[in-house]
Order: sequence, then C-alpha cells, then structure tokens
Amino acid sequence: MARPSSIRTTSYSKKAQYSAFTAYLVAALGALIGGGLLILSLMKPDAFADVRERAADVASPVGRAGAAARVGGQDFFSAIGGYFSAGRQNVRLTREIEIARVRLAEAQALKQENNRLRDLLGLTHGDVKPVAAGRLIGSTSASTRRFAYVSAGASDGVRPGMPVLSPRGLIGRVLETGRSSARVLLLSDSESMVPVRRASDNVVAFAEGQGDGTVRLRLVNLGINPLKKGDVFVTSGAGGLYRPGIAVAVADEIIRDGAIARLLSNPAATDYVLIEPVWAQQARAIVAGAPIADAEAEQNSDAAAPTP
Amino acid sequence: MTGQPNPRSRQDQFGRKINRTHSPLLAHLLPWATILFGSLVPLMPVIAPGPILPPFGFMLMVAWRLSRPGLLPSWAGFPLGLVDDLFSGQPFGSGILLFSLTMLALEVLEERFPWRGFWQDWITAAVVISAYLISAAVLSGANPGLHHMLLILPQIALSILLFPILARVIAWLDALRLTRIRSLG
Repeated sequence: MARPSSIRTTSYSKKAQYSAFTAYLVAALGALIGGGLLILSLMKPDAFADVRERAADVASPVGRAGAAARVGGQDFFSAIGGYFSAGRQNVRLTREIEIARVRLAEAQALKQENNRLRDLLGLTHGDVKPVAAGRLIGSTSASTRRFAYVSAGASDGVRPGMPVLSPRGLIGRVLETGRSSARVLLLSDSESMVPVRRASDNVVAFAEGQGDGTVRLRLVNLGINPLKKGDVFVTSGAGGLYRPGIAVAVADEIIRDGAIARLLSNPAATDYVLIEPVWAQQARAIVAGAPIADAEAEQNSDAAAPTP
Repeated sequence: MTGQPNPRSRQDQFGRKINRTHSPLLAHLLPWATILFGSLVPLMPVIAPGPILPPFGFMLMVAWRLSRPGLLPSWAGFPLGLVDDLFSGQPFGSGILLFSLTMLALEVLEERFPWRGFWQDWITAAVVISAYLISAAVLSGANPGLHHMLLILPQIALSILLFPILARVIAWLDALRLTRIRSLG
C-alpha cells in the first residue's frame, strides 16, 4: 500500500527539523526523569507525599460534593424502595424488637459484670474518643494499589498511622495527611497487614490485603487449620496502631495456612468515617491508670515525630 | 440569477463564518483540559474494592493523540503524567515514565504504519492500554504476583471496550474545539 499523503513530514526547513528533533529529545528526557523519580519513590514511598497531599487538598472540594451526591442518591432510592416493603418490614421489626429487649437486659447484666471485673483489675475504662470525622471522597479506582481519600486532614488533628473506622468496622489507616484531606491505606491494599484474632477465641493471624476487596488471613501458629467458614475476626491490638476488638473480616474460603476473608466494612457503602487516635498511647495510659485526657495530650506532642 | 444566496454557503461544520472566528485559547486548551480532567477520576465518588475503572487520563491522551496527530507535542507525556501521578495512587514517576514512553511509542508506530482507520486505531489503543496497565501493575510498588496480574484482566477488557466510545467523544470535542465564536472587529 502506498503511504498516505496526509503523513506529517518535516520539510527541508532546518528550523522545522530542529524543532521536531528537540521535541523528541525533551520527550525522551521526560521519560528518563520519570524513571528516576519512579526509582526514588519506590525506594522511599513517602518522598513526594507533600506535593501529592497539596494537590489532593486543592482538588478535594470536587470529591466532597461528589460524596454528598453519592450518599444522597442512595437515600433517595432506598426511600422509594421503602414504600414497597413497609408492611412486611413492620411485622419483622416488631418481632425483632421483642427479642432485642431481652438481649438488652442480658447485655446490661454483662456490662455490670464487666465493670466489676475491670475495677478488680484496677483498669480505667473510657471509650476511645475519635480525633475527627470525615467522608471518603474518592479512591484510586484505576490503580492496583488501594488508597482512599478522606475529607479530614492535619487541621483536624489527623496524623499518619491513625486508624480509620466505619460503623461496621475497620477501613484502614491514615498514610499521609494534607491540610484538609488525608490519604488512607485501605485494608485490601496488598501492602496492608493487620494483626487480628478470631472473635470467639484467641486464634491469632495476620490479615493481608489482596487488592480486590478481600484479605488473606495467615495464621501465626501453623498446624491444623482451625478456621471455619463464617468465623469473624477482630483486631488483636498487637502492634499498637489499632485498639483491640474492632471488627475486620469474616472468613469466606478456607485455604491451607489460613483463609480468604471478606472485609466487614465495605468502604463503598460508608457515609461518614471516624479517625481514632493511635492505640499505643491509650494503652500505655490505661496500664498507668492515667485519665484518657492526658494520653491525648501526650499523643499530640508525639505526633510531631514521624511514626514508624 | 440575483436571488437569495444559499444560506448554508456562509457556514460550515464549525458554525457560521461572518463575524466569527476560531478561538486559539479553546483550540489549544481543550485537549489538555480534558486529559487533566480524566486524571481527576480517582476523586470521583466511586470507592472501588479493586482496580475496576479504566485509566481515563491515559486513555484520553491516547485518543487525542490518535485522532489529531501533532496536536499534542511529543513531550506532552511529561506534564500529563505528572498530574496523573498526583491522584492515581501509583508511586510518583510511574505516570511520567509511562505517559512519555507511550507518546514516543505512538510516534514510532505512526512512522511504521502511517495509515489511519477505525480498526487500526482501536488495535493500537488496545495494545498501548494493555501495556500501560500491565506495566503500571508491575511498577505499583506492591509485590507483583500472579494474583495481581489476574486482577487487572477485567480492567484491561473494560478499557479496550470503552475506547471506541471515548474516541467518539473526543471526535465531538474536536469539533467543539474548532467552533467559531463571535469576535469583535
């Protein structure tokens, strides 16, 4: 086939030839610089965190508006759906509330007993107060890495390392903070590793992200695999980032050295998320018997130092 | 003989001609703006459990490059990749490298296969997008395992299927780019 006449060719003009050559040179140089930066950021992942977070801050209003629209949209459709199932739901809820009343009474008894045992051990107890609340405003949905952006940043007291929770359980931890937004490493990222234990007993494992919305549970003690489908796993508190007892995942498929588990809190379905302080300082305070307020002050002073 | 002139004689596909002219700002800015907008897709309210969405910034760049060769300079991969890196979640530099290499590869391909057509453009885009997604997965900083590679297969398929639609949108934007707008004087 003949070459089409529309092809762009540089003319006999020296100037045109030079400018085409320069463009190629600059392009090749750009690729080289990119390669250099890539090697640098693979060796030191937080090298460009500053630039990235500033950019995310600038663009986060877009995400914020979108997040409101997403949640609003879900409400709208569930409101319409509600009209169709109202009668059935009413009967079911009435039945459920009767059972729940009984369970509530039992729980109150357990709580009292719990308090008595804690007093016996001399532990102070107080709920962990969240640092900030925010919305998930986006995620890296085209990359194999799993990061999300949350609409709370350093100006709200958020620091790297803090756990991010939804009402259903753990979502991930803060990786980098900007002024009004932060980047969250989701549990399903392949670099995320969370120490967990089975909720019913003390079988400990590591929950390692797989990049597709599931985690792989690797048992610490090898031997006969005691896991069963449907086992619920919670954070064990080891490592000091997450407080113990936050729901993480439910085992779905048993493999030789553990299980593949589905995450309990689907980031896509959450509206607001809470950012809690790093657990280690709280734990130290509880052991020392100091009130929680002191622990928070200590943690804020610690936060200036980089967290490992 | 002296009847009304044909009313369509004073307009073409880019609009009426009298008192109107192309805007250099629109003509040069629109491709860059759309590609940068595509790079902002990670801030869309889709919290995906895995890599699902196509790499819109990259695909828009390829679509503009294939439909209007010469409009984007061959070094365009550097600035466009840099902005993409800020939001994509990839380690900084991977976008710069891959976008730049893609622009150079497309130049070489065009030199070797200078013809144009729907199927050729689609095949070119399919090859380039697959190469980009696979290299991005390898360079993502995660342990590249078989599991990861299987994970991006649906994304590759979706991106390739979406490309003709995207190219159609770009063709429409290209007409918009050259619309005549009212000028004074």
